Parts: sequence; C-alpha cells; structure tokens
Amino acid sequence: MPDLAADSLIRATGLRKSFGELDAVKGIDLDVRRGEAFGFLGPNGAGKSSTMRMIAAVSPVSGGDLRILGMDPAVDGPAIRARLGVCPQEDTLDNELNVFDNLYIYGRYFGIPKREVRERAEELLEFVQLTDKRGAKVEELSGGMKRRLTIARSLINRPDILLLDEPTTGLDPQARHLLWDRLFRLKQQGVTLVITTHYMDEAEQLADRLVVMDRGVIAAQGSPLDLIRAHSTREVAELRFPVGDHDATAEKVADLGERIEVLPDRILVYGEDGEQVLEEVHRRGLRPVATLVRRSTLEDVFLRLTGRTLVD
Amino acid sequence: MSVVSTGSTNGAVGGRLSPLTGALRQLDYWTTFYLRTWKGSVITSFASPLFYVLAMGVLLGGFVHAPPSQLDGATSYLDFVVPGLIAAQAMQTAVGETTYPVMSGIKWQKSFYAQLATPLETRDLANALLAFTLFRVGSTCGVYFLVMAPFGVFATWWGPTVAWCATMLTGMAFATWTFAFSAHIKSEASFGLIFRLGLIPLFLFSGSFFPISNLGPVGETVARLTPLWHGVNLTRMFCLDTVDRPLALVNTVVLLAVFLTGWYVAIRTLRKRLAQ
Repeated sequence: MPDLAADSLIRATGLRKSFGELDAVKGIDLDVRRGEAFGFLGPNGAGKSSTMRMIAAVSPVSGGDLRILGMDPAVDGPAIRARLGVCPQEDTLDNELNVFDNLYIYGRYFGIPKREVRERAEELLEFVQLTDKRGAKVEELSGGMKRRLTIARSLINRPDILLLDEPTTGLDPQARHLLWDRLFRLKQQGVTLVITTHYMDEAEQLADRLVVMDRGVIAAQGSPLDLIRAHSTREVAELRFPVGDHDATAEKVADLGERIEVLPDRILVYGEDGEQVLEEVHRRGLRPVATLVRRSTLEDVFLRLTGRTLVD
Repeated sequence: MSVVSTGSTNGAVGGRLSPLTGALRQLDYWTTFYLRTWKGSVITSFASPLFYVLAMGVLLGGFVHAPPSQLDGATSYLDFVVPGLIAAQAMQTAVGETTYPVMSGIKWQKSFYAQLATPLETRDLANALLAFTLFRVGSTCGVYFLVMAPFGVFATWWGPTVAWCATMLTGMAFATWTFAFSAHIKSEASFGLIFRLGLIPLFLFSGSFFPISNLGPVGETVARLTPLWHGVNLTRMFCLDTVDRPLALVNTVVLLAVFLTGWYVAIRTLRKRLAQ
C-alpha cells in the first residue's frame, strides 16, 4: 500500500544507474518533501537526467532503493506515473495534433473522462497563456510556447510531483522569465517541483533545496543560500587581465581574498568585501582590463566543489 | 486556477492497466489522427489498387487466354488476379503503417516517450498501433472487395467475406514483424531493405500475378514458404470458391503463427528499445 502519511514524496538510498560499463549515477541519497521545489544542479553528464528518468518510473533502477509516493517503481510503475507530471528535456509534442488536442489526447491516456479533460485543457491553456493558440499547429509555436505547452501537458493529470528536466535550456531570456513565473505560481499552489538544470540562476530562482551533482555523485546539498554560505564567501571580485597574463598575475593577488580561482578568461578573488579587494589590486599597481564585484552564486559553489565551471 | 492534486482524486486509475484499457485510452488519439490524415491515404489505399486492377486485370489480362486449370480454377485472368492484388494490398498497407509511424514515435517526434510518462506501457503503445493497422488493412481491403463485387469476379457472396478476414490476417502477419524491425533499426535508411528485398520480390513472386507453379519446382517451393503466398492462396480460394480445406487450414495456421510470434517479438523489441 502507498505510504501516504509520509511527507517524503521521493526517497532514494544508494541509488545507482549503469549503462553497461558506464556508471551514470553512483549511489545517491535523496529525500524530497511535499510542497518543496527541489533542484538537481550540475553540468551535462552529471547524472541528473538519469536520476530524473528513474524517478519518472520509466528507467529501471540499477541498484539501491527508490520510493516514489511510497511506492516501488519496479512494481507500481503505472500507479506512480498516474500521479507524476513529466516535462522532458526535449519537446515530445505531437506535431500531427493541434495545441488543444495535444492536451486533450494526453489527458485521455490517464483515463480522465472526456468532459473533465476538456475543461482542464482550457484551464491549462489559460494558465500557460496559450489560449489564443488553441487551434494552432505545434510547428507554428515558438520554442518558449512549445515549452509552456509541454508544461501544460504535464499538468493535465493534476500531478503530485512535477518533474522538469532542463526546462529552459535553449530559450531566450524573456521566454525563460515567463516560464519561471509560471513555475513559481505552481510552487505557490503547493505543487512539488523537481527540477534539473545546469543554470545556476535557474536553481537559485526556483529551488528551495538542491543537490549539486557531479560525475554521478552528490557533491553538496542544502538551500542555495546555505550552500553559498558554506562553500563560498559573501562577495567575489572578478579581474580580467590581457590574455596570457592570468597565471603570472594570480600570484600577485593570491593573498587578497580567502581564496582565488584562475579561469581561462578571468581571475576570481573570493572575499567578504569585493570593493576593498579592487582597491588593493590598484594600489599594487595592477591594471585589469575589466573588473566586476558581485555576490557569490551557486556557480562559485560548484567551482569550489568540483574545480570546474557549470557550462563548459 | 488550481492545478495541484488533492490526493487520490486525480482522475487516473492506479496500478497496471488491462491490455484492453491500455489500448482504449489511445482510441481518441488514433481517431483524431485518422480524421486529420485520411485524405492523404485515400490515393495510396484506394486509388492505386484500382489502377492495378485496370492495368493488370483488365488491360493486360485481355491478352491472357488460359484455361481455368492453369489459373488455380479462375475462369478469367481478372478473376485470378483480383484476390492476389487484394492480399498484396493488405501486406503493403500493413507495412506502410508499421514502418515510418514506429520510427516517428521512437526517433522523430519521440511521442512514445511522452506516452510512456503516463500509466501506459510499451505493450499498450504497440497494441494500439497494431489495432490501428488492422483498421487500415480492414478498411482498405474492404473497400477493394466492395468495388470489385459488381465486376462479377467473386463466385459467392460469403466467399469474399471470409477472404476479407484472410486479408486482415495476412496484413497483421506482416504488421507485427515489420513493427519489430522498425523498433530495432537505428536509421530509416534500413527501410530500403524491407521495400527492395522484401516487399517487391514478395509482391511479384508470391502468386499474386501468376500461379506459382510457373516458377519451376525450386521457385514454387520457395514461394510456398512466404507468408504472402499463404495469404494470396487463402484469399483466392475463398473468392473463387475453390476451397481445399486442409490447405486452407495450413494457410491459416501459418499466418496465425507468423502474426502471433511477430506480436510477441514486436512488444519485446519496443520495450528493449525504449527502456533505458
């Protein structure tokens, strides 16, 4: 019997996924609670999508234990999927059907009665602001509209958990913000969101709690703010010097912050007061081509934990 | 608007669906799909076969003056060729519905992946697509039989009715194995194999256009091993009312065996392909 009393909607212990020789997920522990927005942050190939597909009960677990809504995906796959909404990384809309029918037909797969699914489809079109595209062909929609339609489709069964795999990859900034707004509204309505992303701003915007994944393992977890506090400083001074000067210059500024990172195009100095770092750089006679003082982000956390940037 | 679930009242029935429920939940999809695309299929399904009848049966057949003993009991070449053409049409329709549509679901539109995110299972996707194929084969061949009836090519009224079922069985024998092939291959370029090395030789040499005894002893034996010959022979016997019961039973059993094994392999292959 499903354990509905538990507040934990997704619980994984030592979860693994292998594809032949390749270990995509190497034993991770997770606990996603009702009503929270949970994020998987990590670069491409970190194991986020493999984890998502196991949670979506479409990809068999290679090892460890996984419980979704208190049920075992190996046994109760259809029952679990009946209560999940899935927005995959690639749009899988049906080009043969128009916008409305994409929602209507999908609702019928869940066995929702015809009249009810029609009402829900109209409501969802309104929610994702596509009512005026109701009869349009899918091909006529922009990338952002297709994403919104996919999200509407994933909500047709009023899911307990909405899984979003890289929801805004490939969208322009305006389309991203519109989508974030819709997801934020869902969160406010109490939908449990599970999001994978390699955009740190997306993770900061949407996730209450997240895990940083790298090479199949969890490198760190917590709220965005906790992670930044635990693994980075309050501010970062970014220094850009002429090409080729970075390694030599790095030594001269190494003592200005708690630590520094030398990237191919800039040096990051981590400290409590970025402006003070800049003043000291200038006093030492160094002349960066460009400078920027900013707050620490999840990108810095990731860099600290893995030694690599999120988007290679 | 509220999109959040209130617990169990989300409209979905939990647990594994029965095969019938799994297929029926896709009825709206296939109905909508057919209503949007049927016009395009009219030419290939209904017009082309009639061109064949006119060219092969009437115009070319006008030059064929063979006694019934050389035409499997048919009194004219038109009577002989029509059942063969309908059985071959069943094969072609079935193959058409299980090549590109399967590839599209896996590779192009990836609609199978979207469907698998619902309570539906691989088995349900395969069954619904095969059921639609059965509908397409049944309707195409049914129209063919109806149009041919006034030409007096059928010996009885009930014979073509049974023959119609035989064409559907023939179609499904090809549909399931073609489905399995389509679910296995990585590139649509491989469809060329089916069309050039499968469909065309079968169409030409499985007894649709001439009795297979004309192929010589070896050729005849090879032809008897092809599923299309079993379909053509069964269809023709019922159309001409020249039923050899033991042979009809063999034809039926062979077609049923090909169909059922293909069905099993099709579902297995699709499951293997989609579960990663």
